Amino acid sequence: MDHTEGELIQAVLRGDSASFEPLVEKYSPRVFSAARRYARRESEVEDIVQEVWLKAFQKLGSFRGEAPFEHWLMRLTVRTCYDFLRAHKRNRESSFSELTEPESDWLEKFVHQPETVPENVDAARSLVTRVLEQLSPSARLIITLLEIEDRSVKEISKLTGWSIPLVKVRAFRARAEMRKVLAQIAKDKYL
Amino acid sequence: MNLAKLEEKLLAAARATPVSDAVPYAFEKRILAQIKSQNMHDEWSSWARGLWRAAAPCVAIMVLLGVWSYYDSNSAVLDLSQEFENTVMAVVQPADSAW
Repeated sequence: MDHTEGELIQAVLRGDSASFEPLVEKYSPRVFSAARRYARRESEVEDIVQEVWLKAFQKLGSFRGEAPFEHWLMRLTVRTCYDFLRAHKRNRESSFSELTEPESDWLEKFVHQPETVPENVDAARSLVTRVLEQLSPSARLIITLLEIEDRSVKEISKLTGWSIPLVKVRAFRARAEMRKVLAQIAKDKYL
Repeated sequence: MNLAKLEEKLLAAARATPVSDAVPYAFEKRILAQIKSQNMHDEWSSWARGLWRAAAPCVAIMVLLGVWSYYDSNSAVLDLSQEFENTVMAVVQPADSAW
C-alpha cells in the first residue's frame, strides 16, 4: 500500500476526516466508471458513488492494509452496484418491439450479414444495454464482470464475496439467461 | 438468426464501449460535507452511548449502598429520629437550666 495512503487512512481513523478528501479525489474516477456500467441516469450513478464513499468512510476501520486500498474500495463498489441493481429491478417483461429504428436496422443487417455487421456503432451499444437491463441483478453483474470487463472467476469471487463455485454456477445461469433474452429478440422481431 | 453470433457481437460492442470516468464538479467537497454532518450526529450518539453505559454501574453502586445501609442499621448509632430530638432539645435545655 502506498505510504501516503496509509498515513491518510490512519489520520482519518484518528478523527481527521479532512484526510479522506485526497482518497476521494484519487479514486472517484475509477468508482464512477464502475458505477456507469450499472446505471443509466447520471443522478443514479452519483447516488451509487456517494453511497460507496460514505460506506468506505464508515467501514474504514475494517481495512486491514493487507491488500491495496483500491482493491478494498472496488470490492465495496461492486457490492454497492449489486445492491443498486437489486433495489432497482425493472420490469424485465418489456418487449423488444420497442426497438428504435437504428437498432432494428442493425439487427436486420446482422441477420443478412452476421460476419460483417459492425459492432462499434451506437445501435449495437444501445441494443446490448437493453439486453443487459433485461437480466436479473446477479446475471447482469456476472456478465459485466466476466464477459465485458474480462475478469477471472477468482477476481469476481473476491469482488463479490461469492465463493468460486457459486460464481461458476451464476455464470452458467447468466449465460443461459442472456440467450433466453436474445431468443426473445428474435421471436419478437420476426413473429 | 444465429443467437451465439449475436451474443458475441453484442458483447464485443459492450467491450468496445468506452465508459466515462468523469467526476462531477466539487463532488469531493460534497462527500466531505456529508461525512462532517454525519460526524456531528455521531457525537451526540457517542454521548448517549456513554450515558447508557454509565447507567449500569450507577445502579449497581446504588444497590450496594442500599444493601450496606440496610445491614448497617443494627449498629450502636442512634436512629435519625432520636438524633433529631436530641438536637432540638439541646437548643431548648440551656434555656430551661438558666431558669
